[in-house]
Amino acid sequence: MGEILRDYDVLGAFWMTIYLTFFSAIGALVIGTILAVMRVSPVSVLRAAGTAYVNVIRNTPLTLILVFCSLGVLYILEINLADPQSPTSIRDNAIRWAIVGLSVYHAAFVCEALRSGVNTVPLGQAEAARAIGLTFGQSLTQVIMPQAFRGAIAPLGSVLIALTKNTTVASIIGVAEASGLMKEIMENETASFAVFLLFALGFVILTLPTGMLFTWMSQRLAVKR
Amino acid sequence: MNARRIGAIAATAALALGLSACGSSDDGGDAGSGGDSGKKLKIGIKFDQPGLGLKKGTDVTGFDVDIAKYVAKELGTSEANIEWVQAPSPQRETLIETGQVDLIFATYSITDARKEKVTFAGPYFIAGQDLLVRADDASITGPDSLTGKKLCSVKGSTSAQKVKDKYPGVQLQEFATYSECLPALSTGGVDALTTDDTILAGYAAQAEYKGKFKVVGQPFSEERYGVGLKKGDTATCNKVNDALKKAFTDGAWQKAIDDNLGPAGYKAGPGNPPTPDACA
Repeated sequence: MGEILRDYDVLGAFWMTIYLTFFSAIGALVIGTILAVMRVSPVSVLRAAGTAYVNVIRNTPLTLILVFCSLGVLYILEINLADPQSPTSIRDNAIRWAIVGLSVYHAAFVCEALRSGVNTVPLGQAEAARAIGLTFGQSLTQVIMPQAFRGAIAPLGSVLIALTKNTTVASIIGVAEASGLMKEIMENETASFAVFLLFALGFVILTLPTGMLFTWMSQRLAVKR
Repeated sequence: MNARRIGAIAATAALALGLSACGSSDDGGDAGSGGDSGKKLKIGIKFDQPGLGLKKGTDVTGFDVDIAKYVAKELGTSEANIEWVQAPSPQRETLIETGQVDLIFATYSITDARKEKVTFAGPYFIAGQDLLVRADDASITGPDSLTGKKLCSVKGSTSAQKVKDKYPGVQLQEFATYSECLPALSTGGVDALTTDDTILAGYAAQAEYKGKFKVVGQPFSEERYGVGLKKGDTATCNKVNDALKKAFTDGAWQKAIDDNLGPAGYKAGPGNPPTPDACA
């Protein structure tokens, strides 16, 4: 086991996992918040578009989304996110498209988590905001959403944990993250079970504190009613 | 009928015992006792490798499959009694160790690390890592003209690692399977697909890609395909080697190559047919 840690860049691979998780989480939070606003807005076209996005993306396998991003969009439509002439274009394109794919996929789940948060805000809050003359935008940003986020901490934590583990799918489009390195080590070494346990442990180390942090935050930040 | 049924039950029981007796070296020997045409044999092959081991519906075809059928016949198992098991690259050692397969013919390169876990018969073929390029691309003539090019291979495979280590000026796109590299190669997103020449020839020979791609023909590594067996099973190993030697001399081996890889204009490289190693 010591040899494996010495010969392979296990920490570097997990760093890539964290990198993907971090940027995809930001992307998913931005897109997911926009979707959640669309789904609670008074405009029926926006509501329908938000619902359609969530239903289509949530019910499509992540593998399919990532292969589509890489093979379909990058290689067949030839839409590059990195300069194709640069000496690291393949690596950069793979990482960036993986972040796009992961963000797009998890945005659907973030949207639903936030919508459940919106439902924890009593209707009276929206009515009171309207009564004191706030517009839809103002009541959303000043009254509803701050409470909705605090009510949605626990489900958002679950989405983040799922996202951390789902970054392993990015190895199929060539991103050098943890599960990709695991496949490489298993190809070369024969201690496949021990290697598997090592990587499983790595993911537990990443996700267990995330879960505990979000549980603590959900209790601390919950709106006391 | 009745006797056969009892025989089948006994075989199952023996297998179960073999599993529980985990690792005792004599129990695998019965796989090669020969003569009994009703004996079942579980053979691990690739299911997704055109020209080598491919499963379409219930049919299996390919070079590995033809050699496996020939060896099984020599071991006394008719084609109807072979059970084909999928043996993906990362699972091959485990399949052998747990007794889920008796023999593996799945582009299984003989390496020292693998020898610690399984016994190899053969080699029955010597392949080399090569390049598949678009038929109209004259800029790649071999491994030395790769600098600045974009290559495609399978994540974690030996070929992918070799490119990374030996040719640092090359960019490598890694996918889960070789099939995903082909569309990227045809649109020009990558310049070459690299892996064993046999696998490349298998893809080039597929009907939908005929004439679009060519194999460069400058192999830059040596992959010795062996037959994976339970560790320490020298008796079966010797029988498999005898069967392979017979296949080399009676034309069955050459026919298997011509039938499966011939359409791509593939010729077996130097060193073929190989001399099987002594069974250790």
